Amino acid sequence: MGVHQDIDKAGGLPFLDDDMPKCYKGFVKGDWNKEIDVRNFIQLNYTPYEGDASFLAGPTEATNKLWEDCLELMKEENKKGVLDADTAVVSSITSHAPGYINKDLEKVVGLQTDAPLKRALMPYGGLKMAVNALESNGYKISEETAEIFKKHRKTHNDGVFDMYTPEIRRARSAGIVTGLPDAYGRGRIIGDYRRVALYGIDKLMEDKKAQHASLDGNVLSEDTLRLREEISEQYRSLNELKEMGTQHGFDLSRPAENAQEAVQWLYLGYLAAIKEQNGAAMSLGRTSTFLDIYIQRDIDNGTLTESEAQELMDHFVMKLRLVRFMRTPDYNALFSGDPVWVTESIAGMGVDGRTLVTKNSFRVLHTLVNLGPAPEPNLTVLWSEKMPKGFKDFCSKVSIDTSSIQYENDDLMRSYWGDDYGIACCVSAMRIGKQMQFFGARANLAKALLYAINGGIDEKSGKQVGPKTLPFTGDVLDWNALEPLYDQMLDWIAKVYVQALNCIHYSHDKYNYERIEMALHDRDILRTMACGIAGLSVVADSISAIKNAEVKVIRNEDGLAVDYEINGDFPCFGNNDDSVDVIAENLVKKFMGKVRNQPMYRDAMPTQSILTITSNVVYGKKTGSTPDGRKAGEPFAPGANPMHGRDQKGAVASMKSLCKLPYEDSQDGISYTFSIIPSALGKDEAERVENLSNLLDGYMHDMGHHINVNVFNRETLEDAMEHPELYPQLTVRVSGYAVNFIKLTREQQLDVINRTFHGQR
Amino acid sequence: MEDVMGYVHSVETGGTVDGPGLRYIIFLSGCPLRCQYCHNPDTMKMKRGKMTSAYELLKDIATYRSYFEQGGGGITVSGGEPLAQIEFLRVLLWGAKQMGIHTTIDTSGYLGKKADDELIDLIDLFLLDVKSWVPETYKNVTGVEIAPTLEFAKRLQKMGKEVWGRFVLVPGLTDAPENVEGVAKFVGSLDNVSRMDVLPFHKMGEHKWQQMGMSYQLNNTEPPTPESLAHVQQVFKDQGLNVH
Repeated sequence: MGVHQDIDKAGGLPFLDDDMPKCYKGFVKGDWNKEIDVRNFIQLNYTPYEGDASFLAGPTEATNKLWEDCLELMKEENKKGVLDADTAVVSSITSHAPGYINKDLEKVVGLQTDAPLKRALMPYGGLKMAVNALESNGYKISEETAEIFKKHRKTHNDGVFDMYTPEIRRARSAGIVTGLPDAYGRGRIIGDYRRVALYGIDKLMEDKKAQHASLDGNVLSEDTLRLREEISEQYRSLNELKEMGTQHGFDLSRPAENAQEAVQWLYLGYLAAIKEQNGAAMSLGRTSTFLDIYIQRDIDNGTLTESEAQELMDHFVMKLRLVRFMRTPDYNALFSGDPVWVTESIAGMGVDGRTLVTKNSFRVLHTLVNLGPAPEPNLTVLWSEKMPKGFKDFCSKVSIDTSSIQYENDDLMRSYWGDDYGIACCVSAMRIGKQMQFFGARANLAKALLYAINGGIDEKSGKQVGPKTLPFTGDVLDWNALEPLYDQMLDWIAKVYVQALNCIHYSHDKYNYERIEMALHDRDILRTMACGIAGLSVVADSISAIKNAEVKVIRNEDGLAVDYEINGDFPCFGNNDDSVDVIAENLVKKFMGKVRNQPMYRDAMPTQSILTITSNVVYGKKTGSTPDGRKAGEPFAPGANPMHGRDQKGAVASMKSLCKLPYEDSQDGISYTFSIIPSALGKDEAERVENLSNLLDGYMHDMGHHINVNVFNRETLEDAMEHPELYPQLTVRVSGYAVNFIKLTREQQLDVINRTFHGQR
Repeated sequence: MEDVMGYVHSVETGGTVDGPGLRYIIFLSGCPLRCQYCHNPDTMKMKRGKMTSAYELLKDIATYRSYFEQGGGGITVSGGEPLAQIEFLRVLLWGAKQMGIHTTIDTSGYLGKKADDELIDLIDLFLLDVKSWVPETYKNVTGVEIAPTLEFAKRLQKMGKEVWGRFVLVPGLTDAPENVEGVAKFVGSLDNVSRMDVLPFHKMGEHKWQQMGMSYQLNNTEPPTPESLAHVQQVFKDQGLNVH
């Protein structure tokens, strides 16, 4: 790379870049000119920034005016639940005429439908879901459209249920595997939207054509046939994207020529994806440093000022804050607060040791200051101990002021995924344009423990859901006797769970294929089967209680174990106590091992996450009392968190327990949500910033994977519950994403309030 | 040094306000003072603590070293009164110094006489709480005499040990002008005080008094107003102190 740079750098020698077209003037040539290779372009052309935040500009008048308009619309939306919804036109890349907020002021344009916050109709995931979503908000689907999907067009949801076995259905309705994307779009796929700006659509279509041709000589196996069909669909979707550009007055066939076009091209690529798919998470990728290259070129040319650069980013982010999907009450109970996970991955370090922090890494975070806090886009800092201090401290300051940022360990992930990966949804790392995942929600390992005790009978319904195994019949739980029973039950869950996921992704590929997102990928990609687990700390504490205290079984009249009485103390996860932390660690390894033993659809690489999003509340509801003392129906801790209030030794002890969970066996991410009161971070702002940066450095140094940082007082949240109108932008990090606190259900608000707040004794 | 057992109330691994950087705080049980505003009354009686081995505690502390390295963090032994368990404290401090960890104690100084010079050498920073200046007020606030604290402060100055002064501002109890000024002048006269914390009284400990079945005298006392806090801080600043 160094050599290329010397030879190709035009640096004052205009004859060296004579042959560069206008769009690439001033850029360093490299492999990216020969093939689709965005990373190579970034590496050769970006400008690392080691300074502090003093260069940043405030909002322009246009920004303030536009954002006021948006806030007004959102206020209206908060009152009604949904501002407006399309009931007839099935959403596609070109389905709607362009919509605007205020055309004269918008530097970046494009909306999902013809009006802001009007939600699109997307029935390919499942008709029932689309109908319910409309009806629960007071709308009715047009009969004509409904008929098409009833009679002529099969959906993903139809396909899955044609394939499910009775055993899978039982496990699903009992809530032992749950949250499965079998009635909605799976999401968690990131198109490399940067390609639209860097190459223009014509070049990308040419590339897809070549990919298709490259398979001509292959044996026409099922895999090849599917791929050929998919590439053709990708090609078509690119053409539609070009058409959508034309509708908006842009020629996307060619590469972007300046910063404003780069932002616009990239955004339209993303917009095409969210018009085509209402995936559970529609993440953006890693775009800010890429865009910095265009911004910096324009600033150097004197055609853009800092204020204009910030305005571009503010307007871009404003658009991302308006992304909406129609969703059902059930869905909202699982994933509360209308999240869409427009995750943007920021900063990190390059494999060559240069920081990937640019001025635009600051600008994108600065939108939280210019526009105020917000849950979306899901701003995710890829933290490295080696990042410049100026950037670290800026992150900490914005975190303390807004509680809107999550952090993930770049030093850890870089060794797995290189330096051009992004986060999909909350914690799932993937190489941009080179990797996707089959999203798999999660298995409830706490409920599995109860199944082991009750011989596969569900503790709530009394039905035989799991295999009929020997129940535990003693009065006091004995781990030696229980361990093999639990092991057996985990084998069963791993099998049923992966079977369900295989059905789901087979069907999704067939009936709800992500054409445009996959068009912005290479031909051959890595697919992961992203399994997940819920209830880790419940199980770890339960096993610890069984081993260290006396746990008596309380049975109902049918002899079913339904509650437990605990005598004596036992160590809990979250206190940096190896005797219980090792239990959690081993459970993660063990379940991953069992998942790895299953056959995977499309030869996917199995991974798992320890992440619940807000579904920890729903999982808790579906799970009876557990041997750790948690009562039936009470929430689990979110993600990999210690149970509420059981981490008694302070913030760092809690973090250290988390850091023991092996990323090797949870490559889809380990989510930790951390809440601290401002006064516990230090006496004044400077101290708080310094201490938060140090805490993050320490956590990442110990190989912690993910951390949500919340800095506020419990009283603030309690007041927001009473007076939501006073807190329209109060943002809270939950498990892997952020939400408007006032949009959470009451139960979830209480769950957030009941979390451990470090510093509150 | 041999292991010693001591009474420990609890630990807090994410401390940020009791010394520089991130701190592992060890709250020991047992205190000879009975401060009216104490926010940890559950640490007053030594036997309420949990018998803990100093070595075990040091092993745990060792796992936090990466957090201390940033920003000059370390351990802070608080309480209760750390000097009430001298031999246990000695092993803790010695062990920490063996590991190269910064050490702090949070003390009233009342038991300063029990600390020999070797022990003091093991301590990098003293958080010295001068609870009042007027002797009657001091006695009223704490139940004990002020003289040992003043003596200890002077001894630390002689030994050149770094000190952060502390003073808790309680309306109606410690806020009399002559009391505030007295503390400020005394602390200001010491050349080894690098920082002065003026802490506003808060009621977060009130529920603990009730839980302990002890009567809390400050039910009707409110935290100081921001203006009176700022005023008292100014009194300390006027003595040339670096006030936080």
